Amino acid sequence: MKREQEYTWTDFERGYVITEPGSSREYHTGDWRSQRPIFDKERCIKCGVCWIFCPDSAIRFDAEGHAETDLDYCKGCGICVRECLPGAITMVDEED
Amino acid sequence: MGKRVGMEVSIAASEAVRLANVDVIAAYPITPQTHIVEHLSEFVNNGELDAEFVPVESEHSAMSVCTGCAAVGARSFTCTSSQGLILMSEIVYCTAAMRLPVVMVLANRSLSNPISIWNDHTDVMSIRDCGWIQYFAENGQDVLDHVLISYRVGEDRDVMLPVIVNMDGFSLSHVVEPVELVDQETVDKFLPPYKPSVVLDPTHPVTMGAIVLPSCYTETKKAQDEAVKASMPIILKGWQEFGDLTGRYYHPIEEYRTEGAEVLLVTMGGISETAMWAVDQMREKGRSVGLLKMRLWRPFPFEEFRKAALKARMLVVVDRAISYGGPGGPVASELRSALYNEPKRPIVANFIAGLASRDVAPFDFIEMVDRAEGACKKGTEPEYEIYGVRE
Ligand code: SF4
Ligand code: SF4
Repeated sequence: MKREQEYTWTDFERGYVITEPGSSREYHTGDWRSQRPIFDKERCIKCGVCWIFCPDSAIRFDAEGHAETDLDYCKGCGICVRECLPGAITMVDEED
Repeated sequence: MGKRVGMEVSIAASEAVRLANVDVIAAYPITPQTHIVEHLSEFVNNGELDAEFVPVESEHSAMSVCTGCAAVGARSFTCTSSQGLILMSEIVYCTAAMRLPVVMVLANRSLSNPISIWNDHTDVMSIRDCGWIQYFAENGQDVLDHVLISYRVGEDRDVMLPVIVNMDGFSLSHVVEPVELVDQETVDKFLPPYKPSVVLDPTHPVTMGAIVLPSCYTETKKAQDEAVKASMPIILKGWQEFGDLTGRYYHPIEEYRTEGAEVLLVTMGGISETAMWAVDQMREKGRSVGLLKMRLWRPFPFEEFRKAALKARMLVVVDRAISYGGPGGPVASELRSALYNEPKRPIVANFIAGLASRDVAPFDFIEMVDRAEGACKKGTEPEYEIYGVRE
């Protein structure tokens, strides 16, 4: 699939209809991030609350069931930090 | 030849919608469009038109229903005026960008405030850049014919755009005129069923109306601009084929007694008929005056306009809307810019007249031409003027 920067004005379907389901996967909201969540496996109780609240469906679970985030899609909003009761998540600045 | 009957122009508009055999009508009554909606609801109620009539709670919903229905492949119709148009305007822009060929009759009426239910073009000018094809009707026959033509042109696979038929409120919508009906057989020949290439269908899911990022928005708007421009040949073809079937041929710019005319009045909509009277009177007195009637507003007919206008020394443009604090009337300012690159171009005088149905009589057109001539003699291009305002 073409990168968004490669689209010319003739490349769109009429009316900008998207004919391919699930194409929002191509859009990496991770580009927006100025902070990222860090997960503390010691504190994580695998409750999945962060997974429920993440507005970008970026939370996934590692082999042992601990929460982590997919940095391609995590936009750094910090909602998961606020919702995680055991305090297993903290935000750190993205260094360039 | 169809039957020639006397009927109210709003009824003629509804007759055209019935002949076009629409699938969905969604509208909210507002003066002076009301008779169209009432008549259509009667058609549906009496089984004379097999369509869904959706009595929506607002114009915003009316346009939403029409847009959604066009997206699933239904031929859709709405009509409104003034504040109703303003309320639906959010969706009006979407319909065009989504390339859904809804047809809307606009019974043109002033915008508030102060409240005015009377006629001018301030409503449609507020959505000038909505991306719809926009016709202006001059009489009842135009309205009837252009509802049919609008579906034919808008639904063409090479166009796929919504279309507005502008019709002056009251002075057209509420008058009884002789109208020649088009028989169903002719309509069916002219207007094939609506067959969009992509429809909303759960078995073949697509997304319509999605977000686009700054990286692509410019390209989407270029595509839209090109689409409206590219509709021109189909518009001309639509008129040609309609003329071949009915004997009534239409053009983007209609010329009236323009042979050798040094001065050309320019009008849009119903006042064009009065302007023809004025031109006749001036011609009788040996004055070199003709008339250009703008039938097509979007896409703007640059080529046809220049061809017609460049023959003259002066244009006297009668606008029926104001651009507050701007360059005068919207029509005159567009005509001026269309002529700007011409090495030898006519002077453009601009009068704003007929706001809220204030009468513009034949002698008013003559007065405008006189005043423009006077200003012209001083050698300067006159400032726009709100004609007949009490000082
Ligand atoms: S909310 Fe906190 S504790 Fe629960 S799964 Fe997410 S990180 Fe682990
Ligand atoms: S910071 Fe926001 S986007 Fe990233 S994982 Fe947490 S909730 Fe999701």
